[in-house]
Amino acid sequence: MAFDLGPHAVFIIAAYLGVATVVAALIGYRTFEARSVSRRLSLLEEASGRKRAQ
Amino acid sequence: MSHSQDRPGFWTRLSNPGQFLIWSRPLVVPLVVVTAAVFLVGLWFALVNSPEDYQMGDTVRIMYIHVPTAWLSQFVYAVMAVSAIGTLVWRHPMADVSMKAAAPLGATFTALALYTGSLWGRPTWGTFWEWDGRMTSTLVLLLIYLGIIALWRAFEDPLRGARMVAILTLVGAINIPIVKFSVDWWATLHQPASVLRADGPTMPGSILTPLLIMFGAFTLLFIVLHLVGMRTEVRRRRIASLERRLAQRGA
Repeated sequence: MAFDLGPHAVFIIAAYLGVATVVAALIGYRTFEARSVSRRLSLLEEASGRKRAQ
Repeated sequence: MSHSQDRPGFWTRLSNPGQFLIWSRPLVVPLVVVTAAVFLVGLWFALVNSPEDYQMGDTVRIMYIHVPTAWLSQFVYAVMAVSAIGTLVWRHPMADVSMKAAAPLGATFTALALYTGSLWGRPTWGTFWEWDGRMTSTLVLLLIYLGIIALWRAFEDPLRGARMVAILTLVGAINIPIVKFSVDWWATLHQPASVLRADGPTMPGSILTPLLIMFGAFTLLFIVLHLVGMRTEVRRRRIASLERRLAQRGA
């Protein structure tokens, strides 16, 4: 059977799940950080443009 | 002025933060797609289409995530060390950005290498942890990464912090050959190298294939996350300079 991981299955599953969870968190963090910084930059660029126009 | 003089040259495009944001943008999505595809193929090989080891049984499957994360723990540090030279010697603006974006990734991959290693060690060696050369030097590597991250956070102005961080990074680089050669210098629990050897890999193709695909997948993951992190860091610096400019105008 493809997913019969033998007597030490718990170690294999814990390793894969742990890595998947941390990698998902890392991807999520980098995405969140990128979006919030981009949003803040657009707001500031808008504000800076308005100031220059005044 | 001729048209060729108007266009920024190769080195300007590579080193100028504004140019970097322009040329790196179309790379992100294709890289994400390729990384996800390589991971799917790698995981299929690692969990379904590869044999058990004649001694370790199915626990050999932990190797397909342990060895790539361990490789990245050292590779990311090498990227940071090269960037540190860029900061100290050429004062390259993108070198600081590269160092700063890579540090959390290196720390995470090192922690994952220690985590998967201990889970692999328990069924094969009978222990989660042993103070042997490879494991101890990898733990020291994690502490160096955490020290570098803490030092970045200690400086409000990243331009001033970059030189200090670059020096610490280069001093800490002494640990990389210790991690790599610890298994040859001290005959302890961790096995010697079996992939990156002068006489070639010592494992059969059925085990080497999933390992190399997972190597590729994790390395691509690092490249994507590093690129996105660098783009964010460039923008963060632009925010800081805009805020300063707006504050000056307001004053």
